[in-house]
Amino acid sequence: MGGLSGRRIWLGVAAPVTALVGAGIIIVILLLATGHNPFDAFSAMGGAYSDPSVVTGAINQTTVFYLSAVAVAIGFKMNLFNIGVDGQYRIAALVAAAVAGAAFMSSLPSVLRIILTLLVAVLVGGVWAGIAGWLRVTRGVSEVISTIMLNSIATALIAYLLTPDRLAILMGNNVSTRPITDGGQVPNFDIGTGTPLFSLILLAALVGVAYWFLLNRTVFGFSIKATGLSETAAVASGISVKKMMFAAMVLSGAVAGLVGMPELLNGISGSYSLNFQTGIGFTGIAIALLGRNHPVGIVFASALWSFLASSSNALQSVQVPKELVTIMQGIIVLLVVIAYEIVRRAGIVLEQRDVARQLAVTAAREEVAA
Amino acid sequence: MTTIEMARTRRDVPLGRRRRMPAWGWLLVVLVGLAVVSAIRLFSDASNLTSAGAIEAAIAAAVPIALAGLSGLWSERAGVVNIGLEGMMILGTFGAGWAGYQWGPWAGAFFGIVCGALGGLLHGLATITFGVDHIISGVAINIVAPGITLFLSELLFTNAPGGGQRQSPPVSDVFKITINGLTDWLGTIESKDWFFLSDLAGIVRGMTTQLSALSLLAAILIAASGYVLWRTRFGLRLRSCGEAPYAAESLGVNVIRYKYAAVTISGALAGLAGAFLVVGLKFQDGQTRGLGFIGLAAMIFGNWRPGGLAIGAGLFGYTDGVRLYDSTSTAMHAVVLLLAVALVIVAALQLRRGNRMVALSGLIIAALAAWWYFSIDQVPRQLVVAAPYTITLLVMGLASQRLRMPKADGLIYRKGEH
Amino acid sequence: MSHPESAGHPGGGGAGTATGTPPAVRLTGITKRFPGVVANSDITFTVAPGTVHALVGENGAGKSTLMKTLYGMHKPDEGTIEIDGRVVTFGSPADAIAVGIGMVHQHFMLADNLTVWENIVLGSEPVGWRGIDAAGAIAKIDDLAGRYGLQVDPRALVENLGVGARQRVEILKVLYRGARILILDEPTAVLVPQEVDELFDNLRELKSEGLTIIFISHKLDEVRAIADEITVIRRGTTVGTADPRSVTNRQLAEMMVGSELPVPELRDSTVTDQVVLELIGVSSTDEDGRAVLSDVSLTIHAGEILGIAGVEGNGQAELVDAIMGIRPLSAGHVLLRGVDVTGKSTLARREAGVGFIPEDRHRQGLILEGSLWENRILGHQTRAPASNGWLLTRSAARADTRRIVEQFDVRTPGIEVKASSLSGGNQQKLIVGREMSSDPVLLIAAHPTRGVDVGAQAAIWEHLRHARADGLAVLLISADLEELIGMSDTISVILRGRLVGRYDPHHVTPEQLGSAMTGAGGEGAESPAGADLAAGNEAGEAGL
Repeated sequence: MGGLSGRRIWLGVAAPVTALVGAGIIIVILLLATGHNPFDAFSAMGGAYSDPSVVTGAINQTTVFYLSAVAVAIGFKMNLFNIGVDGQYRIAALVAAAVAGAAFMSSLPSVLRIILTLLVAVLVGGVWAGIAGWLRVTRGVSEVISTIMLNSIATALIAYLLTPDRLAILMGNNVSTRPITDGGQVPNFDIGTGTPLFSLILLAALVGVAYWFLLNRTVFGFSIKATGLSETAAVASGISVKKMMFAAMVLSGAVAGLVGMPELLNGISGSYSLNFQTGIGFTGIAIALLGRNHPVGIVFASALWSFLASSSNALQSVQVPKELVTIMQGIIVLLVVIAYEIVRRAGIVLEQRDVARQLAVTAAREEVAA
Repeated sequence: MTTIEMARTRRDVPLGRRRRMPAWGWLLVVLVGLAVVSAIRLFSDASNLTSAGAIEAAIAAAVPIALAGLSGLWSERAGVVNIGLEGMMILGTFGAGWAGYQWGPWAGAFFGIVCGALGGLLHGLATITFGVDHIISGVAINIVAPGITLFLSELLFTNAPGGGQRQSPPVSDVFKITINGLTDWLGTIESKDWFFLSDLAGIVRGMTTQLSALSLLAAILIAASGYVLWRTRFGLRLRSCGEAPYAAESLGVNVIRYKYAAVTISGALAGLAGAFLVVGLKFQDGQTRGLGFIGLAAMIFGNWRPGGLAIGAGLFGYTDGVRLYDSTSTAMHAVVLLLAVALVIVAALQLRRGNRMVALSGLIIAALAAWWYFSIDQVPRQLVVAAPYTITLLVMGLASQRLRMPKADGLIYRKGEH
Repeated sequence: MSHPESAGHPGGGGAGTATGTPPAVRLTGITKRFPGVVANSDITFTVAPGTVHALVGENGAGKSTLMKTLYGMHKPDEGTIEIDGRVVTFGSPADAIAVGIGMVHQHFMLADNLTVWENIVLGSEPVGWRGIDAAGAIAKIDDLAGRYGLQVDPRALVENLGVGARQRVEILKVLYRGARILILDEPTAVLVPQEVDELFDNLRELKSEGLTIIFISHKLDEVRAIADEITVIRRGTTVGTADPRSVTNRQLAEMMVGSELPVPELRDSTVTDQVVLELIGVSSTDEDGRAVLSDVSLTIHAGEILGIAGVEGNGQAELVDAIMGIRPLSAGHVLLRGVDVTGKSTLARREAGVGFIPEDRHRQGLILEGSLWENRILGHQTRAPASNGWLLTRSAARADTRRIVEQFDVRTPGIEVKASSLSGGNQQKLIVGREMSSDPVLLIAAHPTRGVDVGAQAAIWEHLRHARADGLAVLLISADLEELIGMSDTISVILRGRLVGRYDPHHVTPEQLGSAMTGAGGEGAESPAGADLAAGNEAGEAGL
């Protein structure tokens, strides 16, 4: 659960590094096998970052990934597999966009409009996830199934709501929600790279800190962790597993509701349209796993994911399909967990040996004393 | 204790099973169900509820889901959770597309199976040999599979005749089975619009018209899986690995080998599910549309049993097939009423068991569905898509389910560590 | 360390070698290391064919490790195994099975969701032209069962079997494979005296057929009753052999632990008239609507230990869950110090002063992956010193964990190590220490000394005695009848979810309890009535 020592840090770093090197080797083999020059491919990917706007874009994407991964991680901490983050953030973004773009909002002060938008997103995400949580708690329906179903239902519902006579208007030949007017969006940071930096990166940081604090400092977080590690022990300890499950699911959905906010409140279009980013919920699952559900680990994982993704377009200049990056991402997830598993086993062996050795020393001392 | 207990446990239980509803009971349920459907068809004038065309479409929609569910069954019966079967399906679509356009549909099916099995082996390597969490490995495979298929499709299909960066050249179809004399006769009955008989005729005609050889194969595979898993030595050992791997190990069963066999078969079936989508069409990016997950849901719905997953897949396939075939949306409109009636029946059953809250929620939703049915003329086109998922959620939420997954499902097994 | 004279030279007792036939089993110089510990070191062990050979030693002495080596579940780091005079090496249990070794594990190795016959034939299934020959297998099992008096229904689902029947299935599994050498690992741990007698009859039957039996135990009376020869193991190595006809319990204990075994016993009665826990007509059903608790009424006073005796699976776990608020009641009331807590949550009951030592410490008592101080918080997460209600008070929790480690003699290098790295006895002492914190008024102790070493056992009994003297009410559940009789002020017997009798531990024998626990007629029938009189006023109160 916690605690740091020199050895643990060393072991913790060894795993991801080994995995990255391993993934690199596999990719090199794949490239050679398909008649490409690995050096060209890697230098093209590296070269992409010479453009500062690509770097800024990658950081912006990291923000989005981070929120999604934290949403997934909250579920994982309780052994709940929220596959539904994808549906939760999309439907939350749609409703929040519709509210933010609604006419009555223009008369409100800017801060209030933003808070209201975020609140709606959190609420809708929480409710949508809450359906799965409620079904799980009251009827024992596996959240894996219900969230898969709710994703598909969300897709249909969004298609239904995103039509001109409902929540959307026709913009050229695209339908979208009414664009947010001045003052409804959050100003970006202009860092002189051509692409502005999303200011909602601060929101993501806040969510990360809150997640850490919740897990490590509060009774609620302790109960979540305890339930995740041993449901039977949690029950015997007076932790209401059902309440915890429902709460964790709603909380996960609430954070998921924020996933679409950077694009909505910081993005150019300021509306929800058919072009709104999809699939981030699934990416979040991989990133949460890669980051070991740890608030800081997820930061690195989402950055890695996003930077890899943003270098993919550069591959086309050397005639390598850009899906190479996707393959790389998948292999990294797999290899990291394999490496962690090996490291974990080594760690347990080392700790047991330590305990045995220290106890042997104490026992010997006692015998001498006696 | 002995004599008393003997008296208590000695029941006439059929081999390897628990008490079940007798065959005539099931037949009765099916007949009553069909009568209800027929009545609603007549009432709402929605012939597509049981028309042969809709049934054909339903079968085509149900087969890949059933195969995916079967894939999950094999893996999970040996204790390996296979959420990566969506990825293995994708590998199957690629294999089928690549071999299919060159050497015909059967070669395509074969290569789909091979590619899927390779995915299964990868899952086995990660979960069985390296002891990685099953879910994580599955998620990773779901990321790698589309990546690698698109990577290869850009390299292999871009310059192929009729192919593209994200699709293969067309693949021809396997032969279709149609029983000519029978279907004509059934068609006549179907067109009479009689109560019950026309529906029955429509369904039977749908099943005997243009039935793909692969659909038949899928049906055989479901039955064969039941036989192999529950009646053979191989099956008993495989299931024992999913129930109590350390007990199996202590009796000399090579648990690792059986788990590998199970995930490989699982991958092969997922690959076949993918190939089914390709044969008669072509490989396309995003072709599986999450059907692997739906298959998994069907398997859980079916309580980790072949018959149950077939029913689950049928439910999905039916609503999806009717939706696709039914251009006017009248049938989907009728499905809303059908749902309301079904919920009333479920509520009545729940009330008899004493589950008042569940019964009440069922009735409320039934009332809402009925109200919705009468207040609209047509289900909005966009919402029709959600029908199978909504119905599944309702069924799982309201029906009494006593689900029992294999006891060691998803647990990491390490040889000699008990 | 003094050995009694009967302790021979290690491995010297091989009766078989004297007659010229090779020993059935001879282990020489077996050493097995696990990370950080040497589980077995230079063990020498010889078993003559056609005998019952007992391997005794306390929990954690290395008996099971040795038997796993003999059954091929792991390879020894050093040493040789000889079966019937031939040196063998085992790569897996399949190899051991092939030379005629069979093992009945302490924790049953059965698949609950398979039938009895499926469990038995698994790994050596008879196959016909259309799959497994189920009828043939069942006929063979029935035949074996009849021959050795091991009655069991081959078609039943293992899930529905009781402990005794499960054990018979385990033995049949071994016999079905034609084993000539049987290893039984702590087979009597979960049986009542009558079942133990039955098992011993079965074993004698098997011995008369020429089978060799290795019997692992730490219950000395049983060992002396069944064994032809005894080998004692201590701290991972053999310390000698003994002749069961001449050796005394005291001598065996001396060899096992270097001192006398701790005895469970209470001093003067501390029972007060202050009622702490009262159950009135408590009933509960399982998911299928079958009654698991029927009309259970009982009373525990401050300073009283109430023992619950019963065959495993007769409602003990459900009773505990009902008191703890984990299981909903279908009828009845639970009163804690006069306050009706029937509708209260587990947390509320814990906060009202209920301590809980659960039956399975790994599943219910601990978070194995958590550190010791995090485990200290468990169950106390809403109270000082663990938290202020909302936020954890980590330094206070750590400090209090150090107190428990000190006061309850938990052997650990620190409080940051994971609970999983402690031995069973130390884990249990940590739990006992935790549950006795925050001034409880009632302690539910389910099998508090199961699977712990004698040192921890003695310590836990001592803590229970102290708690009782301090006015704690204790509900003690145990499968060890000696512990129950020694540590209880009153004993109630539970059978199929009903309390079927109350006994005065001063006047009851394990056999009488055994009869009541199995609901056997005859001599057991009048005991409850008599016992009710013996228990006197309390029986009357329970009827309130």
